[in-house]
Amino acid sequence: MTSLHPTNAQRSEGTAAAPLAIELVGINKHFGPVHANRDIHLAIRRGTVHGIVGENGAGKSTLMSILYGFYTADSGEIRVNGTPAHITDSRHALALGIGMVHQHFMLVDNFSVLENVVLGAEDSAFLAPTLNKARTQLKALARDYGLEVDPDAIIENLSVGQQQRVEILKALYRGAETLILDEPTGVLTPDEADHLFRILGKLREEGKTIILITHKLREIMAITDEVSVMRQGAMVKTLNTKETSPGELAELMVGRRVLLRVEKGPASPGKVLLDVEDLVVTDDFKVPRVKGVSFQVRAGEIVGIAGVAGNGQSELLESIAGMRDQLLGTIRLNGEVLSLEGDDGAARARAAGLAHVPEDRLRMGLVTTFSEWENSILGYQHSYGSGAGLDIAKARATAEEYIKKFDIRPPNLDLKTANFSGGNQQKIVLAREMERNPDVLIVGQPTRGVDIGAIEFIHNQIIKMRDAGKAILLVSVELDEIRSLADRILVIFDGKIVGEADPATADETELGLLMTGSHAGDVGTVSEPGTLAPHETPVQQTLTQMSPQDNSGKDPNQ
Amino acid sequence: MTPLPRWADVVLLPLLNVVLAFLVGGLIVLAVGQNPLQAVGIMLYGAFGYGSGFGYTLYYTTDFIFAGLAVSLAYHAGLFNIGPEGQAYVGGLGVILLGLALNGAHWAIVFPLMIICGGAFGALWAFVPGYLQAKRGSHVVITTILFNFIATSMMGFLISRVLKPVGVNSDESAPLEAITRVPQLRTFIELFKNSPVNLTFFLAIIALFFIYWLIWRTKFGYAVRALGQNPVAANYAGISNQKMIMIVMAMSGVLAAMVAVNNVGGVQGRLILNFVNGAGFVGIAVAFMGRGHPVGVGLSALLFGILYQGGQELAFQMPGITREMIVTIQALVILFTGAMGDMLRAPLARLLARSSSPTGAK
Repeated sequence: MTSLHPTNAQRSEGTAAAPLAIELVGINKHFGPVHANRDIHLAIRRGTVHGIVGENGAGKSTLMSILYGFYTADSGEIRVNGTPAHITDSRHALALGIGMVHQHFMLVDNFSVLENVVLGAEDSAFLAPTLNKARTQLKALARDYGLEVDPDAIIENLSVGQQQRVEILKALYRGAETLILDEPTGVLTPDEADHLFRILGKLREEGKTIILITHKLREIMAITDEVSVMRQGAMVKTLNTKETSPGELAELMVGRRVLLRVEKGPASPGKVLLDVEDLVVTDDFKVPRVKGVSFQVRAGEIVGIAGVAGNGQSELLESIAGMRDQLLGTIRLNGEVLSLEGDDGAARARAAGLAHVPEDRLRMGLVTTFSEWENSILGYQHSYGSGAGLDIAKARATAEEYIKKFDIRPPNLDLKTANFSGGNQQKIVLAREMERNPDVLIVGQPTRGVDIGAIEFIHNQIIKMRDAGKAILLVSVELDEIRSLADRILVIFDGKIVGEADPATADETELGLLMTGSHAGDVGTVSEPGTLAPHETPVQQTLTQMSPQDNSGKDPNQ
Repeated sequence: MTPLPRWADVVLLPLLNVVLAFLVGGLIVLAVGQNPLQAVGIMLYGAFGYGSGFGYTLYYTTDFIFAGLAVSLAYHAGLFNIGPEGQAYVGGLGVILLGLALNGAHWAIVFPLMIICGGAFGALWAFVPGYLQAKRGSHVVITTILFNFIATSMMGFLISRVLKPVGVNSDESAPLEAITRVPQLRTFIELFKNSPVNLTFFLAIIALFFIYWLIWRTKFGYAVRALGQNPVAANYAGISNQKMIMIVMAMSGVLAAMVAVNNVGGVQGRLILNFVNGAGFVGIAVAFMGRGHPVGVGLSALLFGILYQGGQELAFQMPGITREMIVTIQALVILFTGAMGDMLRAPLARLLARSSSPTGAK
């Protein structure tokens, strides 16, 4: 993708000649009984892109937080440009030229780009001189690194990719020589990710150092010069990217061999179990997010909905699951119309045989302050005990069974759910929803923030459900995941299904373009404005009345 | 930050807070030239030392248990009910109306009906803020405070203009006959002579057990806690947030109204102005200090009972310590256990984390 920088060649010679931007020596960090970082040694060469991979809880974030001054290491030394530094806070880190782009952006939504860039770095009590200076510098930065953003645009009107560029600009404006990027592509479209990598390439050419934390091995292979693998708080190995493979990295991360591809047989779709017709759903602010969506899911097939986050997927899932009232449309489950009005619609959806693995397990799928067994019955609490009392023994037996079947670790049903890792939390949710033998399973982002080892397991469980004749609706922003799991792909953009594709033959670029609405209408268009039949349908009428505003660039979860 | 172990959270932390409050209170006593140790001694003697004093302590404790449980139950559902004061006050209307209607009947019949009728009035007074929260999004903190004021004005009007019998000078309702009143324990137990503690005390103990069962052993309690900890997850689980909010607020009002059964039915035998006398507000401190757990609520209600009764003894015995100073000490306890209740949490967690050896558990 990008030509390798000379320093890369220097490094390949195996000499220590290339100057080190950052050096971590013997870093240790404990959180109570948890040893989050164990004697970490890491050398990051100036002018390189250095990847750090590892499962959740491997200690990557802790390590970077120590480097960025959020935490102080219990022992060990940080050297910046060869000089030992005791970094006390993020301001100090910035002064040393270390900037961070967080996974969740730290931007003020109703400020302009310029105001966000100077926020906290104002030169004087008056804003105008700082803003003028920043405007000039921003222009230079945009020119040098391809970081084009309108300085006067308001953050909330920018796409996620553009917001990320603002975060990078913020760091560069403050003089960052080393940039830490934490899971930068999690919220980006493939196209935006490519753009980001071009920017990173430019930054490297200009001599900046980049530390890239990610769990996507493809990105590591594409952009990094060196990659360090962490496991269980320890640094396992630092490798030359050119001399390694995704398989090797995955194995190092997990500590055993991992199947990166999902193995599944062909689908044998049966009768229609989930039938969604002309569904219109609004968000909390009464803005339509799902704008007339129709599709069917048959028994024994996985239908994947691909799209950039914030294009109505969340509202679609929540509406089918009974959590969000639908404005128009019909949802049929097994031929029966589901009536989901009211704020206890989810109970009726469940009773009808629908299980829901929500997109955001922490916000929705779990009560994290509950113990494990309590979450094992969330949504099904009514079937535990005949009268008013809760049959705790039965609930605990259920939890015990799930822990065994889904290999939930640690196998402690009294442990607070917040203390499980992301993958194990997701297993708690999956076990609860899958083991109820539902007819229809709707799954949102099944592997978001989940370790590689658990991803394999979760994917296999979903396939197993399919092969058992369940209808599965899968929503994911990970195109790879949709492609490897789904039997049919529907692409959603701006609340509408803009195309359908066969995962076996679908072209990534084509899908990417569909997902960004670039050329809706090429592949099996379902509905496109402008080409409507002369008489308006009720759906269109309603949408027109509500004068939908364009919110496609915004992710409500941000 | 690593969380505190349960025992430290429930027992140690509140205990430390109380000790801290007493230390600061002791400094104040010292500052006015009195002996703090002597003061504590008098306080404890006043609260436990003799039958009548002990009876008063239990009487106050009864009020505080109900008010504390009212706040706790709502809090488990994520609702901050600041209105037990008003709910208890309005509950008193239900108690006296029922009592006067059946005036002369035996208490064995009237007592359960007082509970029901008083509870219904308290429930109604709490239900309205609950309804407004559920359906209109008006925050219960605001509405319950407002409802306290409305209760004060409304009850003042009703007592002085409607319920006051002709020819009576003070603002109060007609009295209940002795046989109709909730019997005081001194009629059975000699020890409690001259003290107002009555059968409602046992109702409070039952309520403690009942609320424990309700919150941790029933499907309803499960739903309440799910709602309180994560409303979105509760919605996901098919629990109707709106219904739950209204039901829980009404139940909270029932608990608060039991303060009225204790006072109107068991002590005054009539409805007087401002009989709640701040017990509803103390309930907030009791609930927070007790961490919403019935065991904690029971213990902290007892502590406040001691503070109230022992404090009066203290003001009486040590002329150097005025009534205002007692209130100051009580306020210190509320300050340290309620508002600053988490002040020691982080240091304590660090201390415990350091002393416990790494177990490797994640």
